[in-house]
Amino acid sequence: MRYAVRAAVGSLVAAACLLLLPAVAIAAGETLQGTLQNGGEPVEGVTITVTTADGDEVGEDETDEDGVFVIELPAPGEYTISLEEDTLPDEVAIREGRSASVTLPVAVGQERSVLFPLGKSTRVVQSDLDRLPQLALEGLIFGLIIALAAVGLSLIYGTTGLVNFAHGELVTLGALLAYFFNVLLGLQLVPAALLAVLAAAVLGGFQDRILWRPLRKKGTGLIAQLVVTIGLALFLRGLYLYLFGGSSRPYADYQLQNASAVGPVAITPKDAIAMLICVVILLGVAYVLLRTRIGKATRAVSDNPALAASSGIDVERVIATVWIAGAALAGLAGILLALGQQVSFQLGFQILLLVFAGVTLGGLGTAFGALVGSLVVGVFTQVSTLVIPPELKNAGALAILILILLVRPQGILGRAERVG
Amino acid sequence: MDWSLIFSNALAAMVGLETVVFALAAIGLNVHFGYTGLLNFGQAAFLAVAGYGLAISVANFGFSTGAGVVIGLTGAVVLALLLGAPTLRLRADYLAIVTIAAAEIVRLVFRSVSLAEYTGGSDGQGRFSEGFYSINPIAIGRYGLGPLDFDERQTWVLSVGWTLVGLSCLLVFLLMRSPWGRVLKAIREDEDAVRSLGKNVYFYKLQSLVLGGVLGCLAGFMTAWGNTVVQPDNFSTETTFYAYTIVILGGAARVLGPVVGAAIFWVLLSLTDNILNQAKNAGYISDAILTGFQVGQVRLMLVGLGLMLLMIFRPQGLLGDRRELALDAR
Repeated sequence: MRYAVRAAVGSLVAAACLLLLPAVAIAAGETLQGTLQNGGEPVEGVTITVTTADGDEVGEDETDEDGVFVIELPAPGEYTISLEEDTLPDEVAIREGRSASVTLPVAVGQERSVLFPLGKSTRVVQSDLDRLPQLALEGLIFGLIIALAAVGLSLIYGTTGLVNFAHGELVTLGALLAYFFNVLLGLQLVPAALLAVLAAAVLGGFQDRILWRPLRKKGTGLIAQLVVTIGLALFLRGLYLYLFGGSSRPYADYQLQNASAVGPVAITPKDAIAMLICVVILLGVAYVLLRTRIGKATRAVSDNPALAASSGIDVERVIATVWIAGAALAGLAGILLALGQQVSFQLGFQILLLVFAGVTLGGLGTAFGALVGSLVVGVFTQVSTLVIPPELKNAGALAILILILLVRPQGILGRAERVG
Repeated sequence: MDWSLIFSNALAAMVGLETVVFALAAIGLNVHFGYTGLLNFGQAAFLAVAGYGLAISVANFGFSTGAGVVIGLTGAVVLALLLGAPTLRLRADYLAIVTIAAAEIVRLVFRSVSLAEYTGGSDGQGRFSEGFYSINPIAIGRYGLGPLDFDERQTWVLSVGWTLVGLSCLLVFLLMRSPWGRVLKAIREDEDAVRSLGKNVYFYKLQSLVLGGVLGCLAGFMTAWGNTVVQPDNFSTETTFYAYTIVILGGAARVLGPVVGAAIFWVLLSLTDNILNQAKNAGYISDAILTGFQVGQVRLMLVGLGLMLLMIFRPQGLLGDRRELALDAR
């Protein structure tokens, strides 16, 4: 399946993008060609020039109403193609860090396409202070989604001691199942998502039943189990790639939405609803943990499994419940994440380390710590793009994790214990 | 199906560059995981720091290859100290999380556009291996044995690589039968007991982390020279996980375990790739089940499944001794 226009939804900045589509061949000889687009709209009247390696100009073209330019070349060889930045409309500029001129070889008879990535003009760029609320909000949404996955991971760790490196694959599972129900079976996204969460919960319970419970019974060590989770993660990622392919694909619903301004920030309806869902679900988890029998039992098992068992708690039942709930929460996180970023086979793997950062930051094995830690990680990741390049934001969040472990190894809400 | 081609490819994979690189990475990991019980999930970072240390100092700053190697080694030692100092006092799983995070940081930084001037961004950095090939004493020509056939450059890379593998194994063998090595193994079995004997467990763990990191660093040099380019995505977490599979396959805490593991690992991958591809071309497998592109995905699934099954049913691997290894978190 191919998507000519990629909907950049829920992303940091509404980045305008220049797509280059292969234009119709005009001459039989060598050409340099492309289509200038800004956020899907063609950009007209931009001057493109081509020079040889010696600096002699060999051709010039102005983009037409479809944004297309085609420049015929005298012979194969190396050419420099430049975009005259002065002729760009005011609100458009070459994307930061990219050059307005590209040097490239052209082979015999080649109709070579050239890409000039355009972005929002830096001439109207907002000050850091103006961007802060928006980034903080995006970080909050991201943090809440991470928290959904992190609570499950933390509960599983708390009750069984298992560090589950395959948790990211549970996140992906939710997104893939929702894609299956939504796009392939044609259900509307809301019932599709509900079905997907349900299916993820069932599969989570199933995973515990056929894999982890037998391993616990067998007395396999925790480190051995940890290595098993890595094997499982590799296996599942390969399986997802095999079934789904390597491309990113959107859901059928809620793809293109306009953000509406609320005070200093702009938010799309789907982001607002995703946020609301996260808050309600997380409050629900907190209520269950604090007020219900099964929640108390879960905390008891986390605290001391042997003591919990001897006081009549069915530890295996608690662990099964935790797996079912953890998988459902992770699945939901995957669905909400894919709503913003599109579905891909490594959706969960990409956030796994941030989820771990959240869990560790909050204190391994404490459900509320995971929540706090995830929010910190989410907000930090987005807000840090004010200072560091966006491509390094995940590295920044992981660096903070290491720094906090230096100062407060037990995490924000963790109990200090001497370990050596 | 051309079975002779399949088997000669498998034989080439057994002694090939990837086997050398992963054997070295796994020997280092074996010191961490097999002998000391440290969960280092960032072995790829040691390879990356070594490879890039060499590449950047030679390509960007015009250092000699020897100086580049020293810089790479220093980088690995510094990385080990940085990773170990904060985490080795904590529970085993903290080291796991911090090392995997650090490896991703290293990869993302080397990948970053903002440093592309030095690192070449996601395309990687080349232009550094001339010094290595210029000291090649092997005359131009083709060398081989039976179905193996290499040119003088490959022969040089593989000779250096296997020599390093041999020396590393010898070093590990000598160290692990020394009193120092016995302390490491004792830490793996029971940290508190070692502490009660007055040993500085933290310091020993740090030394082990540095030693394994330096051995992993050799793998970084070999992959850099062998491919004549360092690319950030060659140092992803999957590299570390492959090395884990190799250590466990060969047998953790065995001197030759990683070497045997690496050879078998790459032979198995070569066999599955070649057999699947040939079966596809011969029409035994239809496109509906498997396209050419998906062969690599089947490989990923097989590695994952293999790692799981090994850990569950034969955690001691091929050469290991189950009684010696009490793999457990404390």
